[in-house]
Amino acid sequence: MAILIDDKTKLLVQGATGHQGSFHTRLMSDYGTRIAAGVTPGRKGEEVNGVPIYNTVEEATQCHGPNAAILFIPAPFVKDAAFEAISAGLKLLVIITEHVPLHDAMEIMAYAEEKDVRVVGPNTFGIITPGKCKVGFMPGQIFEPGPVGLVSRSGTLSYEIAHNLCQEGHGITTSVGIGGDRVVGMNFVDILKEFEHDDETEAVALVGEIGGTAEEEAAEFIKTMDTPVVAYLAGKSAPVGKRMGHAGAIVERGRGNYASKKEALEEGGAAVAALPWEVPVLVGEHL
Amino acid sequence: MKLYEYMAKEVFQQYRIPVPRGRVAAEPHEAEEIARELGVPVVVKVQVLAGGRGKAGGVKFADNPREAKHVADELLKMEIHGYRVRRVLVEEKVDIDQEIYLGITIDPGDRCPILIASSHGGVSIEEVPDKHIVRERIPMQWGLYPYQVRAIAERMGLDGGLGRDFGNIAIALYRLFREKDAELTEINPLVVSGDQVLAADARLNVDDDSLFRHDLPDTEKLSEIEERVAEIGLSYVQLEGDVAVLANGAGATMATMDILQQYDSAAMNFLDVGGGAGVESMTEALRILADTGPRVLLVNIFGGITRCDDVAEAILRVQREGVLRDPLVVRLIGTNEEQGIDLLEEEGITAFRNLEDAARVAAGTPASGGAEED
Repeated sequence: MAILIDDKTKLLVQGATGHQGSFHTRLMSDYGTRIAAGVTPGRKGEEVNGVPIYNTVEEATQCHGPNAAILFIPAPFVKDAAFEAISAGLKLLVIITEHVPLHDAMEIMAYAEEKDVRVVGPNTFGIITPGKCKVGFMPGQIFEPGPVGLVSRSGTLSYEIAHNLCQEGHGITTSVGIGGDRVVGMNFVDILKEFEHDDETEAVALVGEIGGTAEEEAAEFIKTMDTPVVAYLAGKSAPVGKRMGHAGAIVERGRGNYASKKEALEEGGAAVAALPWEVPVLVGEHL
Repeated sequence: MKLYEYMAKEVFQQYRIPVPRGRVAAEPHEAEEIARELGVPVVVKVQVLAGGRGKAGGVKFADNPREAKHVADELLKMEIHGYRVRRVLVEEKVDIDQEIYLGITIDPGDRCPILIASSHGGVSIEEVPDKHIVRERIPMQWGLYPYQVRAIAERMGLDGGLGRDFGNIAIALYRLFREKDAELTEINPLVVSGDQVLAADARLNVDDDSLFRHDLPDTEKLSEIEERVAEIGLSYVQLEGDVAVLANGAGATMATMDILQQYDSAAMNFLDVGGGAGVESMTEALRILADTGPRVLLVNIFGGITRCDDVAEAILRVQREGVLRDPLVVRLIGTNEEQGIDLLEEEGITAFRNLEDAARVAAGTPASGGAEED
């Protein structure tokens, strides 16, 4: 098992002919991901790394039956592309693009909910089930298979934690980046639910950061979980009122700060690591 | 992007949300003229993008044009929470019977807009007890319906004409929120004055990522460093410490700052070179950091899209330029780390693979040998 993606995933790449899209189509394919088809309007008949390109998601879906889509689409056009994928019946969307307008993201999520579609992102590095499938742009070689579920709001920090875990021999079932924006599809709670129901996941590492209340909501859910959770939070030293890169990473009027998140998570039963390299130590106690 | 009150009120007027009569002034004599035109006692308010201006003394009243000039002169010399006052808004003074709070923002948990209202307006909404706050989630597919605002008005005890006026303003505010791609729009206070309802203050923060489809004046005043960093498409936050940090990814950059703090040191800045930064922008980022004169410059890169050999190349370029006088601590791992570390070693720069070691050296807290904490 694993969550969201595995060796049965057949991926559709929207924006497969672009600079990032074509590069990562090749890398994902090299990793072992089954790429069904690509879509770029007006480029039907071309191929990218052996992957056939279609004008519309509808046609690509009819011909190849993909069950997940990844979007390498410029921000202004993400809403249209996401609606196209949802309308064509795709049930999992991974939106890599950053700087998607918040109102567009809200519309996408409303439509996705209506059609029972799971959306990961926007502004995510994607999902990886080590050794089986990667849907995103993370460096695959860092991630080893194993029993730890990893969920994060942040890309590079996720690599850091994955690296620390794998170095200590704790491999990963699936690693999910939920995205660094204020409006994202699946949140911590949604991913924790998936891990809780996954037979292979024996412990979860949750990588959060300041801003918003996603960690606090996760803490409430962790209370009900049987699977142990270890958390690491970035932004302890960040000043109030300054946005730290991510759209969500800002402490406003005392809300969403490190102390409140740490307290909530600990109250929920999660151990909170003070340093990245303490995560494998705390995870190890549960394996 | 935050709009000044006077700009937000111009937008409000386009949506037929009533605001007090008035205009913006950059000079004391302009304030005097506006007060004369209005012909009534006025309020003069500093136009800054910081909250809490009332408490900071940025709002003053004047009974006549000459007093308005005098008050404006004082206000235009002020600095509020680090913002220099460049303009004041001169408006008719409104008699206040009741102050209401009305705001619309984004609820990240439910991924939809949320309307927040309270009959206890005039103060920060965070200070109002929960039982006096009405919240209404607005589905993106359907928008805000009149029945919803009638129910909100009812719950707030606004009846008759006031309830109807409040409802119209709420509907207009939601339309504005959607059409202007707002992150937040707020009226605090929405004032009941006799039989009128007026937006005495106005706040409109537009989503930065939507600016490509709006034609708005640039209000953000960036510092010189922020300006240089913005030119290469990155973001910079000035902090209090003495270790300049260059890292990739917002989360990883914050974590690097936190680790320094853990070792009783502190970062001088937040500078995220993001994913896939090329040699050029990294070189410029390093130049900028070197120019700020830190005690130590710490480079922490976990290569994904970003390639370690590109980072090494950028470091060597800056070093050849001779601007890199500060001690440099480099941690490189991930994509092309071997090539990157080799490039640096050829020039006599040692790079760490381990973040803990690099952070300790940068903080001036050398490892006391072995795994003492395990």
